Amino acid sequence: MRQMKLFLGPQHPGMHGNASVHLFVDGDIIKRSYLLPGMLHRGFEKAMERKLWVNNISLIPRVCVPEPDINEMAYAQGAEKLLKLEIPERAHWIRMIMLELARISAHLMSYGGLGGPTGHYTLMYHAHADRNSILDIFEKISGARVYHQYIVIGGVRQDLPKGIEKDINAFLDDLESRYIEYRDLGIENPSVIARIKDTIMLPEEVVWELGVTGIGMRSAVGKPYDLRKVMPYARYDQVEFEVPTSTYSDARSRVDIKLKELVQSISIIRQCLKKMPEGPVRVKPSRGQSMRWKVPKGYVYSPVESSRGEFGYYMVSDGGINPYRIGVRGASYPQGLLGIEKYMPGTRIDDCALWVDTMGICSPEIDR
Amino acid sequence: MNTIMTEKNAAYLNDNAIFPLKSRLNSAPRTAPDTLRGFHTNDWEKCIGCGTCGEICPTDAIRMVERLDLPLVAGAHQQRPVIDYGRCCFCALCVDTCTTESLKMSKEYIYSNTDPDQFLLMPEETWQGRRVEQGYVKTETTDLLDLKRVEMEHLTPKERINSYIEVVRGYSKEVARQEAARCVECGVCTTSCPVQMHIPQYIKSIWEDDIEGALRQVYETNPLPGVCGRVCTHNCEAACAIAVRGEAIAIRWLKRYIIDSAPNDMYELIFNEPVSEVIDAKIAIVGSGPSSLAAAYYLRALGYGVDVFEERPRAGGVMSYGAPQYRLPDDAVNKDIDFIKRIGVNIHTSTRVGTDITLEELEKKYDAVFLGTGFFKARKLNIPGSDNQDVIGAMDFLPIARDFARGLIKLDDINVGKSAVVIGGGDVAFDVARNLIRIQTMKYGQADVKLTSLESFDILPASMEEYTEGMEEGIQFHFGFGPQEIILKNDKVEGLKVYKCTSVYDQDGKFNPQFDPTKGAFLEGEQVYMSIGQAPDLDYIPESLKSVIKIERGKLNTNSLGQVEGADWLFAGGDIKMGPDIITAVADGHRAAQGIDEYLYGKAKKKATSEYYNELRNAIKFNTPDLALKPKKH
Repeated sequence: MRQMKLFLGPQHPGMHGNASVHLFVDGDIIKRSYLLPGMLHRGFEKAMERKLWVNNISLIPRVCVPEPDINEMAYAQGAEKLLKLEIPERAHWIRMIMLELARISAHLMSYGGLGGPTGHYTLMYHAHADRNSILDIFEKISGARVYHQYIVIGGVRQDLPKGIEKDINAFLDDLESRYIEYRDLGIENPSVIARIKDTIMLPEEVVWELGVTGIGMRSAVGKPYDLRKVMPYARYDQVEFEVPTSTYSDARSRVDIKLKELVQSISIIRQCLKKMPEGPVRVKPSRGQSMRWKVPKGYVYSPVESSRGEFGYYMVSDGGINPYRIGVRGASYPQGLLGIEKYMPGTRIDDCALWVDTMGICSPEIDR
Repeated sequence: MNTIMTEKNAAYLNDNAIFPLKSRLNSAPRTAPDTLRGFHTNDWEKCIGCGTCGEICPTDAIRMVERLDLPLVAGAHQQRPVIDYGRCCFCALCVDTCTTESLKMSKEYIYSNTDPDQFLLMPEETWQGRRVEQGYVKTETTDLLDLKRVEMEHLTPKERINSYIEVVRGYSKEVARQEAARCVECGVCTTSCPVQMHIPQYIKSIWEDDIEGALRQVYETNPLPGVCGRVCTHNCEAACAIAVRGEAIAIRWLKRYIIDSAPNDMYELIFNEPVSEVIDAKIAIVGSGPSSLAAAYYLRALGYGVDVFEERPRAGGVMSYGAPQYRLPDDAVNKDIDFIKRIGVNIHTSTRVGTDITLEELEKKYDAVFLGTGFFKARKLNIPGSDNQDVIGAMDFLPIARDFARGLIKLDDINVGKSAVVIGGGDVAFDVARNLIRIQTMKYGQADVKLTSLESFDILPASMEEYTEGMEEGIQFHFGFGPQEIILKNDKVEGLKVYKCTSVYDQDGKFNPQFDPTKGAFLEGEQVYMSIGQAPDLDYIPESLKSVIKIERGKLNTNSLGQVEGADWLFAGGDIKMGPDIITAVADGHRAAQGIDEYLYGKAKKKATSEYYNELRNAIKFNTPDLALKPKKH
């Protein structure tokens, strides 16, 4: 039988971000595959070394476009640890609201992404319309829709605008009321189930082998390993939420967990809005003007739980006005780069887009 | 059709009938939220062209473009930002760091053009010629500048009224670096400084903890930094970009910090030796005040032999005999003068030109002569009773007070009464009053000093810090009164009669005080001190010379480089050229050094030079507009 070479992406509706998967197929079975990254923003880590601590905030959100806030959080949190900086209480809660809204938006985008490869565009339209409402909220809070540049060293950039609680609550109520509809459109829909049930597996051994975290790990291992629980940052130790798990990781079960997390995120945001105290939202890292802010010598690993798993910045400072070295742990790096190469072969061509979607691949994380 | 498009889009689609609609397409973008980071607007009235927006821009999208049509004033550059919207990422750090709050962001977010050059825009108050709503603007939370000055330690009033210990204690290294970190390096201060000191550069060196580099920068333009770091009139701080909204960088104290922390042997590293090999000429300098010493330093740096003649036993002129010890201690003056001596300037003290050596002799012996004799004669008001012995001029009293502070005069020998009235509203009047407070407290255990000036408080010529410190020390102020008569009884001063001053200047802005005799007052005091200005003592200039040169109101007519008109070998600087402060005198000295060098080159009093030496010569010279610019009013 003759093998054929196919490209999935970078310009393909089923591909997530500007990366390409090279497929060598025999009939419709993938025999060999690998990811071809490097088509998106590159060299973040190096570029960060040349920028000031303060103006890196315009660069870092680009490391993950659908969920940029985790970058800001990991960076700000790490620098604050090096600076031994206590940020105002209110800032912690605002950060959590931003992070959970971002998680919902990322999950919606990914869930909507299920609609493309399975031919259920209604799902995609609904999910993106709801994500648009979140972007409107982000725009009101931070002044920008996608690259918020809102979580900064020392807190958040500015206080929440007046009346934003109303907007957020209205959105959460609306989303919650349509939760069942969302399930019906996607993972309860028999024709979708036929595509995602008992396929695109992620067994426990593979999780340990590749170092998969997040939903991939929780769906396979059945343990609620979530950084918000095991290493609480911000004020996650003061809110109540569950970490959904399963012990059978097929594509459907991973998507199911995503939807369950959506409900948890809604509950976290509501708790934050209730518990959030009044007060200042930002402190200055040090005296002087921002271009002369220095961060003391030292190194720190600052992880956060992204929608795709553990996402962290390893930061080294030599005491200057620029970071000395920053390394990013992209949450989807293991499954995206290694998983595609090792575990995608054997599936079918039409599974490829679903593989990439349900594994939660974000290509700039790999390119960074 | 819900259209989100620019006016240009809509026009294009309508004109080319892309959509054959019955009604025309409209441009109706949705309204953005209040904090949207949209296209920039810049208020040109407020903008000072400091360029801080371009410095912080993470994408290098902002470039400063020269606009020579803008007025040239201190505290502003003739430039405005241009933003490349192909690079801009709308992070708004430029807004957060804007020193004047002129740069803001609008709610506009749609713009299209087929010409790539049209994405380079110079933001103005309007966007595309329209007034638009403000989007993201700077708030106190988002401000990236540090508007608060680091606290400087001062002696408490109690500690200072019976001692001559320096009031301002100076910065420690840590505090100085904190203060230096506030500077945005825009350089608007430089043009306001008469000597155009390299202020951003030395502040940066302080922040980098590079004292040698800072010292090098300072000595490029000012050989008396220890003095200027204490008593300069600091126009730079009025011009400072941070001062638009906050407290100016403490430029003067930072300069002082450099000198205080530079060890003596560091000075050897910054002086360029080789230039001294090339020129064979000698210059005499009359007087050893700030302008004379500045001229001496730079002439010596250019390689000339320099002799300075000073009539008093100490060099320094107003620095050693005018300014009070508690503001400018001898140590600081000596540190500056010692370095000038070390590089080979000969200072002959106790040598009065005119008696010990005549000006004619100097003219014969030297190739050029510089006069920097200053205003050392006290001026007195001509009112009844002013010829009494207890009516004392400021410049007669201050040198005595200074010698007393040095311990050269005993407390009992000093003629200070139990109470005194000081006339004048300038810094010198405050020097007199605060000296009196100290001497009276030491002598009698208490002080009674009244200060009266024609000017009311809001137009007081003295600096605010003199006023606050004077008030803390217990001076009683009577602002807005004009002295009429000194009341005597048995040839002893009883006090001063004053009338309320209704206006100081007439409609043309000329000095013409008007009094209201119905509102008078009597200020009691055993002595009256007059500090209403000083005059030069030009007796040493021979009549033959006076006939060829022009002297107007005590000032010599010179060209911009200090060359006296009518006598090309003669140069002048300081108070007798223009005045009024130490830093202007330093500028005069530096310019005169350049003038003398050019004059002697013209006369070919030099050895053959190589290009290398010429380069070094030019590096030492001074290149600046004639006048320091007046700070823009904020």
